[in-house]
Amino acid sequence: MIAAILVLSALAGVSGLLLGFAAIRFKVEGDPIVDKIDAILPQTQCGQCGYPGCRPYAEAIAAGEADINQCPPGGENGVVALADLLGRDPKPLNAEHGAVKPKMLAVIDEQNCIGCTLCIQACPVDAILGAAKHMHTVIASECTGCELCVAPCPVDCIDMIPIAQTITTWKWTYPSVTAKAAA
Amino acid sequence: MRFKIVTSPHIAQNVSVGQVMRRVLYAMVPGIAALTWFFGWGILINLVIATVVALLAETVMLAVRGKPLALHLSDFSAVVTAGLLAVALPPLAPWWLTTLGILFAIVVAKHLYGGLGYNPFNPAMVGYVVLLTSFPREMSAWLIPHGLDQPHALTLLETLQAIFHSELPARFTLDALTGATPLDALRTQIGLGLTVTEIRNSPVFGMVAGQGWEWATLSFLAGGLWLVQTRTADWRIPAGMLSGLAVIATVFYLIDPQHYAPPWFHLWSGAAIFGAFFIATDPVTASATPHGRLIYGVGIGVLVYIIRGFGGYPDGVAFSVLLMNIAAPTIDLYTQPRVFGARRG
Amino acid sequence: MSRLYPFHGGLKTVRHKTESNQQPIQRAALPRRLMVPLRQHIGAMAKPVVASGDQVLKGQMIGQADGYISAAIHAPTSGRVATVETRPVPHPSGLPDLCVVIDSDGEERWVERQPVDYRALHPSELRNILRNAGVVGLGGAAFPSAVKLNLSGHRERLETLILNGAECEPWITCDDRLMREQAAGIVAGLHVMVHLLEPREVLIGIEDDKPEAIAAMIEACAGTGYEVRPAPTRYPSGSVKQLVKLLTGKETPVEGLPIDVGVQCFNVATAYTVHRAVDHGEPVISRTVTVTGHVRQPGNFQALLGTPFAELVEQAGGYQEGVERLIMGGPMMGFALHSDEVPLTKAANCILAASAEELAPTQPVMPCIRCGACVDVCPANLLPQQLYWHARAKEFDKAQDYHLFSCIECGCCSTVCPSHIPLVQYYRYAKNEIWAQEKEKQKAELARQRHQARLERLEREKQEREAKLRQKAPARAARAESEGGGKLDIETAVARAKPHPDAANPAATRQQDA
Repeated sequence: MIAAILVLSALAGVSGLLLGFAAIRFKVEGDPIVDKIDAILPQTQCGQCGYPGCRPYAEAIAAGEADINQCPPGGENGVVALADLLGRDPKPLNAEHGAVKPKMLAVIDEQNCIGCTLCIQACPVDAILGAAKHMHTVIASECTGCELCVAPCPVDCIDMIPIAQTITTWKWTYPSVTAKAAA
Repeated sequence: MRFKIVTSPHIAQNVSVGQVMRRVLYAMVPGIAALTWFFGWGILINLVIATVVALLAETVMLAVRGKPLALHLSDFSAVVTAGLLAVALPPLAPWWLTTLGILFAIVVAKHLYGGLGYNPFNPAMVGYVVLLTSFPREMSAWLIPHGLDQPHALTLLETLQAIFHSELPARFTLDALTGATPLDALRTQIGLGLTVTEIRNSPVFGMVAGQGWEWATLSFLAGGLWLVQTRTADWRIPAGMLSGLAVIATVFYLIDPQHYAPPWFHLWSGAAIFGAFFIATDPVTASATPHGRLIYGVGIGVLVYIIRGFGGYPDGVAFSVLLMNIAAPTIDLYTQPRVFGARRG
Repeated sequence: MSRLYPFHGGLKTVRHKTESNQQPIQRAALPRRLMVPLRQHIGAMAKPVVASGDQVLKGQMIGQADGYISAAIHAPTSGRVATVETRPVPHPSGLPDLCVVIDSDGEERWVERQPVDYRALHPSELRNILRNAGVVGLGGAAFPSAVKLNLSGHRERLETLILNGAECEPWITCDDRLMREQAAGIVAGLHVMVHLLEPREVLIGIEDDKPEAIAAMIEACAGTGYEVRPAPTRYPSGSVKQLVKLLTGKETPVEGLPIDVGVQCFNVATAYTVHRAVDHGEPVISRTVTVTGHVRQPGNFQALLGTPFAELVEQAGGYQEGVERLIMGGPMMGFALHSDEVPLTKAANCILAASAEELAPTQPVMPCIRCGACVDVCPANLLPQQLYWHARAKEFDKAQDYHLFSCIECGCCSTVCPSHIPLVQYYRYAKNEIWAQEKEKQKAELARQRHQARLERLEREKQEREAKLRQKAPARAARAESEGGGKLDIETAVARAKPHPDAANPAATRQQDA
């Protein structure tokens, strides 16, 4: 009786030590979940999700305050990636936060710009160049297409134009389209 | 001038799934002819029943699944399944047995798993195993191979009667017509303590293996070699299976030649040759890598011997194929070829 | 004969060489208008250095190499620049690209040509001459040759220099004719390459279905030590990595280049343009192109770059009835064109007008039956059916696990597939998606950094303002003392100075800490 208790206790003790050792020795220093979520978000910093930027949204998701379907620029693929990361079921995008649009680029009509700098202050990635009373322009390669500059413009001289497909951005399409056409 | 846009390559070899399946059917012709010669009209009647039922089941399932009928019926895959199963059934198997096996093969093993290309298990063998485990008595009633020219062979009409009404002509009893297959005989008599030499003196056996059976096997081998030669079947699978079977049979034969049948007997008996060239080579359910196919074949060969020698059934091709079907994805994972330019080793 | 090292897989394809290789190369007529794309090579597009209205001479530079991996573009004939704008170019997308449009004056007046003695030049000077002459690989990939002729950074010395005259694609015969007619020029260009690369051996690989070309090259190589190696006719022996393996036994590492195993490989036509550039001072303004298939008089043409395909077809006797598809390149790897109103480029080795007779019939796609025919023919030793499953399921990381990027898109697998699955298109789609995702990731990372920088800047500015306010505070306090009620003003001012309402948001503050 006593022997059995002792043996079992000893076994339990050894297993506990082993487990404890393993927990320390093989501890996974993973990226904090916020960083992982942030890495999936498209970084447009557009605020359509209701948070002032991608990182605050990532923090809100991690804290369980926001759902994973509030990011239209990320599209369905983004939702799927988030669902995959967080082990949740993917769901359709929440229409309240806007619809999926093709990638856009802000363009300032330089004839009409009065140099008010309001758009510069609105741009979350400092992609607008200019000074007070001087014409502004958008650095195309830095623009995320967030549209935040459009509303503040007092003379309505900023247009969002879809990014045109060129030879360098063109992609082969998924074959089912042609396969069906062929059948 | 504007042109049609289609992706490269713009030329193709004249091959199709239907062509592959038709070749398998052609290759079965000599074997079926030999079987018919030795076992009578039943073989052909089974084939007809199986084909009709298979095509009907295929049509219904395709319609239910909303697939284009003409396209998929013309791939002949259902006919191949029917052929493989029908050949494996006893010549006087009642019509419902054939029907049940085919229905299970086409409906459950093939279409419920996603249809052509998606089934993890060989449909014909699933059907066969279901019948073998559910109706062992009907499934073991093989005829004694007499030859169509023998006076006591069943006529076409008598065979139809037997298959559809389970009525034998008055001059026969079922026991007089049927007998143990060579593998079955070997199995039971070794169980009774006889030696292989003694058993082989019984009239069931011919020159190498079973009387009559050995000619059917030879015919299937001819068809199988043609399949390999036309590259319809990958040589690695039959080569692997037959060498696996031969090696393990040789080992046991050398240990105790009176207790274990010689390797040539094993290679030439039962469904070994037929299975190696026609069943194991079904690409959908086999391993897909070159090395994997060798391993897959060897696995089947070894399992066949184990089941024959130590299992509960006289032959084990169907079980072995299904077991290796399960293993195929794992084999594939670990036998990926070395990609061009990848480091060796 | 020296030993060959066969590669895995490959195919015996139809040949269709005799349609076009029986007649000598013809000089194509001078077109009235040429459209010269500024992107005719891999790498950065050439920068236009002419504007509409400019008079240009034949061989004058109209586009400047922009960056290291780039090549110059030249006026193919003398005339007037009509415009510099986007025009249709030969590309699978059918999208337009920037072209210099030149109206020829018919006089063919050359710029001053300066042949050089390459032995007297420093290698970097020589490479610069080739770069400015617009020399790129003419086998189809159009990679700037000057880059490949520079060993620095790779290794001290080259083991093997290979000249690729395999021409393994069906229908194409431009290299065959060029070797027969200009073997001496090709070898002269080879001398320049040898001078730059100093290889231990020089091998010339030619498929054995071109006995005349082999004979001509052997004769031209007499006494040079360059070895002509006839290779069995087996597609895709002209693919760089496969040819290197075939002739040297060396396998180019996955995601590596032949130079990694000490081999460099050039097309025979490239060697010829090197010779023209160095020994005659002529930049690349024309190339040999095969016009074949369903045209009345198939043949090879020495045509100016920028010549519309339609005019070349016209000179080959025009289309026969029933042409369905116009292919640039061969039938295995070439791409279908949307229109024949596109100009000849450096990469265009063949124009194949195809009717139902030449093409594979369009057949319905069946499920994969895992027959393994694709595995048997894959020259990269891949598992095409496995790649297909993953590409189809858009599981791009798994496709990469199965070495998607080792696929050379040779088309062997699609050709033998009994289920008629457009395998190569699945691979191209998957590769394009992976590249696009990679680009988007980079763009997102850039945006993240810029957003971060902006937040830091705003924070810094806020603190600077607060510091200023604090400095002024005593003075203001004194003033407030005298005027009274100033305390509230200060608070509102500070609140207003906050750059962004979100700065008060705890989340945003945390972000700045991160």
